[in-house]
Order: sequence, then structure tokens, then C-alpha cells
Amino acid sequence: MDLQASEKSRNPELAKALRGIVGADAVITEEEALRPFECDGLTAYRELPLMVALPSNIEEVQQVMKKCAQHSVPVVTRGAGTGLSGGALPLSDGVLLSLTRMNQILEINASARTARVQPGVRNLAISEAVRHLGLYYAPDPSSQIACSIGGNVAENSGGVHCLKYGLTVHNIQQLKVVTVDGELIDIGSEALDSPGYDLLALMTGSEGMLGIVVEVLVKLLPIPPVAQVVMAAFDEVDKAGNAVAAIIGGGILPAGLEMMDSYAITAAEDFVHAGYPVDAAAILLCELDGTQEEVDTQIAKVEKIMAEYGATDTQVATDEATRQRFWSGRKAAFPAVGRISPDYYCIDGTIPRRELGTVLTAISNLSEEFGLRVANVFHAGDGNLHPLILYDANKEGELEKTEELGNRILELCVEVGGTVTGEHGVGVEKLRPMCMQFEDPVIEQFHAVKAAWDPENLLNPGKAVPTLSRCAEFGAMHVHHGNLPFSNLERF
Amino acid sequence: MSITEICHLAIWSDSELPGSDDINRLVDKVRTSHRNSEPLRICGSGSKFFLGCPIVGSVLDVKRHTGIVSYEPSELVLTARAGTTLREITEALTSSGQLLGFEPPWFGENATLGGTIACGLSGPRRPFSGSARDFVLGIKCITGKGELMSFGGQVIKNVAGYDVSRLMVGAMGSLGVLIEISIRVLPCHEQETTLVLELDEERALDEMIRLSGLAIPISGLSHSSGLMRVRLSGTENGIASAKAEIGGQDDERGQEYWSQLKEQKLRFFNRNQILWRLSVPVTAPAMGLGEDCLIDWGGALRWVYTDKTDEEMFEFARQMRGHATVFRAESYYQGERFSQLSGLVAELHTRLKSSFDPGGILNSGIMYSNV
Repeated sequence: MDLQASEKSRNPELAKALRGIVGADAVITEEEALRPFECDGLTAYRELPLMVALPSNIEEVQQVMKKCAQHSVPVVTRGAGTGLSGGALPLSDGVLLSLTRMNQILEINASARTARVQPGVRNLAISEAVRHLGLYYAPDPSSQIACSIGGNVAENSGGVHCLKYGLTVHNIQQLKVVTVDGELIDIGSEALDSPGYDLLALMTGSEGMLGIVVEVLVKLLPIPPVAQVVMAAFDEVDKAGNAVAAIIGGGILPAGLEMMDSYAITAAEDFVHAGYPVDAAAILLCELDGTQEEVDTQIAKVEKIMAEYGATDTQVATDEATRQRFWSGRKAAFPAVGRISPDYYCIDGTIPRRELGTVLTAISNLSEEFGLRVANVFHAGDGNLHPLILYDANKEGELEKTEELGNRILELCVEVGGTVTGEHGVGVEKLRPMCMQFEDPVIEQFHAVKAAWDPENLLNPGKAVPTLSRCAEFGAMHVHHGNLPFSNLERF
Repeated sequence: MSITEICHLAIWSDSELPGSDDINRLVDKVRTSHRNSEPLRICGSGSKFFLGCPIVGSVLDVKRHTGIVSYEPSELVLTARAGTTLREITEALTSSGQLLGFEPPWFGENATLGGTIACGLSGPRRPFSGSARDFVLGIKCITGKGELMSFGGQVIKNVAGYDVSRLMVGAMGSLGVLIEISIRVLPCHEQETTLVLELDEERALDEMIRLSGLAIPISGLSHSSGLMRVRLSGTENGIASAKAEIGGQDDERGQEYWSQLKEQKLRFFNRNQILWRLSVPVTAPAMGLGEDCLIDWGGALRWVYTDKTDEEMFEFARQMRGHATVFRAESYYQGERFSQLSGLVAELHTRLKSSFDPGGILNSGIMYSNV
């Protein structure tokens, strides 16, 4: 390739200006060096950015934004790049703003139980840094060892424990945000609320479309003295679903409540030998935490409910090693499925729990119709379903078929009153399902909200909210609040 | 001011109010008002009219738009129309052993869910289990253009689209007329008990910080008149072990105390003086105001009576890295009600308001002149 031409197409004037702000080593324009930034955790979509800028502090972010706004160049912000919906997919004509160099924990306040951190700090690093104080940061997305807090805010990340402890939005107090014009604003406060509109809630989960999160004040919680897990096996998925409803309806709020179907059980068991009963149709993992006295009481209740609802086998992890072993299978479910199939595609719908039986049956029918295997792992407590579609990207047309199956599953989630994304975000991946979930005026309102922050549409343009014309192209069926078009027709 | 006086600009007489199956009339009215630039004052039961700045407008009354739309205890989710009373909701929840985790103040026998969510107020349980906005999952509302829209949903985890549902909480109706709300609910605790300890303000604040850092089932921490109260909600055994950690005496009238604190029926609140609400970091120092200050939320909320001017109070709150609200004032009070927003944040408020309500007809001016 003609290097000069390549550099020229990469806007040398802007590159020079950005080097002047962040330093020569913090702007990348060479194709080889850009390559690692071409995708996030959703590797099916790839694009080389115009250039990557790696600011080291807030002032540099502000200056970079001012310069990009001046040049009308779009900006995509990237944290650790572990997102699963292509939210950090670069634009070929845009700057990729990587915040990995802003990775310092600035302040830990044990009395206020807060930590002030830069956006590039890893999720798990926060809990590690405050463990000696008996505190931790609750949201624990499965990528917590690598994912950054800035990305967590952008995606409103959840995790296994969010049924009891909430999502990112429930566990942060204040943000410093750089606007598209390079202005710095404070959102939220050190108090428990702040005057005016709840911009903190609006910013959380906004996928880098409204502003750039450059500092986060997170809440910390006391580490529960005791956490124990009950594992129960069932010979029918429905029975497991009913047991979940009974536990929650029975007044117990587990720290985590997870379900796996037989396919996922077998794959996980083969991989990590967690001690799962491989002949079960479904297993439940139910974690209770609190003081020893509270946990003892609740464990007894949960065991009783599991038995009442037909568990074929119930085991309580009374020691930490067994607890970790029980969880290891669930945590390894995705890579375990990765071992039995060349590729897999993870879906992220949420459904009202009562619809679990209906939805799993329908998924199984769709799986047969498409000739693609599907393994199911399920955050049963909060209704977040992760069907994993097994496919082979090297087979002609199989990715397209997989995506179509994925869309059908999400359509199903919307039909039963759920949503197309529980925790992975819309990004580029779920623009089409967004058209199924929302009516045109709502999508227009989303664009109006974006325009209030970013009138020139320079922040992560094209992500998170589809354009109406794109929805029209998809010709998607609008399913809204269960009101199907042609509701008199039978659907299977 | 009585409700009748406030509602003198009522659009509909009592017998004509739009009922549960009559969203269209509400939508049509907002649409017409948008066309005619007619300001609207959204009204539920009127229990929280004392909040915010006084505004004028034809009264859009949603109190007959009532009814629980769906409630399944095992889903931990309840959906109800905006005019549904908290009484009806509480009765339904109680019968299934559940509750509203943010313990909303009613401030009136007929308080509605819509008004509660629009005002976004939370009671003593707030620091321990979350605020009104934390529990909102989805909202159906009419924007200022007269469009009926649904945001969020009925599931706990949902990141599709911007979180407009939570943006509406505490917006005091200035972004949309709330029509239907889905909220997450919590199981009731097996047992609840209150301990009372004799402590001065400074020591109480230190003790609140210490206790909040322990993994014990606290659900309320307040201080006034030299007494700190600790509410515990959990299992029988969990509470027994926590009591040993805390000390103090059992407060036999604990339940009544927390209810009166939440509803501002304690003697402290019975004064003809501006009631200030200071929302501050828990580490904010003792204020040394004696009987003029009541502490809630484990130190993060201070109810205050003062002779200071409103400018001084807003500045004081700012220095404590929090904010101040004139919560209750006599009708002659003309000053600001809320801490002012900084330049660009205020500008963002204006633009957001205008994106939802371009004609500025919905409860305009209730928080700030620009929204």
C-alpha cells in the first residue's frame, strides 16, 4: 500500500494537532498499530479508525474533543474494548478515543464508602483496592477482570449479583463528563441526590452517545461476611422456572440466581468439572449472602423450596472451595460452549420470568427450524436470558443464518413483554431489534435527547439508536407491548 | 391553599375526569394545549402541591386514571396507572408480603403513584435499599407534543435506548405527563425492630458511618433531640446478632416513629417556618443546630430550620458539597426553591426540556425558570 496515500487519507492535519495535545506516542495512525482497535468484544464487526488518540488526563480529553469538533470529525470512545455489542466499533472517518491510560484510582473514602476513579480503571481493580477496608464494588459483569469502569457506565453493566445489588446505575454517585465541545461538567453528587433532572441515570447506559465519562465516583458496599450457594438439579426446565418464582415470591432475595439448560450443563461440566449432574434438564445456582444467621435461615428455606418444586438433587456449598467450584461452571459456560463449536453467538434478551417456559420451548423450535444448536444460560433472578447459538463462521451463509435466528429470538423476547438487550447494549449489533421494540416517535425522541447533548451528531454516531429510515429498510415488524400486528393469527 | 383553590383552573369538572380507559382524552388535551400554547399544571391528588415553585396553568387532572395493570409477586414488578393511590398499591403489596423499597412519603391520604414518582421522594430506607428512581423500570407518558410514549419496560435488566424512565423521576412532570409506571418491588422482611441510643449529634454521625460500613441489615438511621435511632429489617437471627453489635434500647414505638418521620408528622416538623432539606455527603460535619436539625438517611439528609437567608443556605449546602431545597414554605416565600444549576448543566436542562416539551407547557417553571 502507498504509505503516503494512506497517511494522507488519515487526516494528517488533525493527527498533527492531536499529537500536539496528547504527545507523539499517544496518537496512532499506522495501519498495523491500528489493527488491535478495529473491533471490541463483538468481533464479527471490524473497522479501522482514522486514528487512535490516547489521552492521559481530563484536560487532554477536553482539548482532543475541541479539536475534533472544530474539524467536525466524529469520535468513538473506547474503554477496555470488552463490550459485546460493537459499541466501541471504530468509524473509518472518526477518531477512536481510547481511555486506557486514564487508569488511576484517585481517592478512596472509607467513611463515605466511595472511590473516585478514572474511567480506564478495571472493574475488579476497584474491589481489590478496597478489600482491606472490608468493602467492594458490587456490579460484577463476567468480564470484570478486564472491563473498565468507564465502559461499565456507558453500558450500564450488570452481572451475576445485580438482582440484589443493582446495575451500574445503582452503584455510582457522580460522574465527570466531557461534552462534545470539550466542556467539563459534573453530574450527580457526593450526596445521595442532586438538584434538577437525573442526568446521572440518563448518562448511564448511553453508550458514549451523549458525552465522555472521564471520572466516576462509585459506591462501595460492606463485604457480606458469608456467602453460600445452593445447587439444585431438575428433570424439567419448567420445574426449575417454577422454583425460581417460588423462591422470589417466598420473600427471599438471593444475591445471585442462575439457571443453565442441559446443553450448557454438559459443556461446562466437560470443561471445568464443576460437579454438575449432567443428566439434569436444568440446574439452578442460588447464592445467599449476609450474616451467618441470615444465610442459615435463608439456605434452609431455599432447600425446602427446591425440594417442594421437584429438585432431583440439591447440594449446599458450605465451604468456599465448593462454592467457587459451583460457580466455576457457570462462569465458564461461554468458553465451554466455545470448545464444542467453532463459533458461538451470544444473545442478550430479557423476559418476564413467568414466560421462561414458553420462550425456551420456542427457542428450541427455532433451533430446529434453523438447524443451529442453542445452549441457554439464564440470569434467572432478573429474567436476563443468554441463548448461545452455535455456528461455524467458515460455513457459507451460516453467520447470516445465525443472526437471523438471533433476531427471531429477540423478537420473541419483545413479544412476551421483554427487551432486546438486558446488559450488553445496542451498539451496532441490535439496531434492527431496536426497531422491533420501539415505535417511531420513541426512536425520534431518543434522537432528540441525543441532539440536546450532541447537536452535530459527532459522538459515536450511528450506534445505539437506529435511524427511522434504517428501521423502514428492515421492514421490521413492530411488536409493542405484546400487541402483535395480526394478533388473530396463530404464531408458533 | 386548599386543593379547590389550586384547581380553580380545572379543565374538567369532577364528573368529567378522564378515567382508566380514557388515555385518549388526556392525549388530546395535551395536544390541543401544545397547539394553543396553553400551560398545563399536572395534578394527582394534590398531596405534594407544596413542593417546588408555584406555577399557573390549566389543571390536567390524572387522579381518575387509576388501577393496578399487572402485579405478579414472583416477578417483583408492579405496573399501575399514574392515578392509582399508594394506599391501593401498598394494600396489594402487603397482601403478598412485599413493599415499595424506597419507602415513599405520602404527604396525603390519597397520594398517587404518578405524583410520587414525578416528585421522586424517598423515605428513611433510601440509603439502604435505593431511591424512587432506582426502582422505576418503565414509564408510559404523554410528552409536551401530546405523544403517548413508552420507555423502559417491566423487566429489571434493560439497556435498550436511553434511560428516559429514570430521567422522568423527580422531573416533577416537566418532561411528560406520567400515565403508567412499572416499578420493582421488594420482599418484606421477616422482622423489623428499632433501637434507640442516647448520643449527641457529632457522635451519632460517627456511629452512623461506622454502622453503615458493617454488613448488618440496617434500614433506617436517624438522629434528633439527642437520640439516634437504628431500624433493623431482616431475619430474626440476623437482627438478634446485629442488636448485639449496636447496643442501645429497644424502641417500642419504633414503627410509629419511622412512619411519622417519613410523613413529617413528628413534632420537629410542626413549625411555621421554612423547612430546609439539605442533601449532603454522609461525611458532612455536625451542624450544631440542636433542636433545629433532624438527621435522616444515615447522615446524608438534614432537615433544618434556620434564620439564615436563602442565599446563605444554598451557599452553605454547596460548601458541604451537597444541595439545598426549600421543602416547605409559607405562600409568601418568593425565593428560589432549589440549588441553582451550573451554566452548561442548566443549558442541558433547557435543551432536554425542549426536546420533550418544545412548547414549554408541562409544569413549566416548577423547578427552575428554564424548565
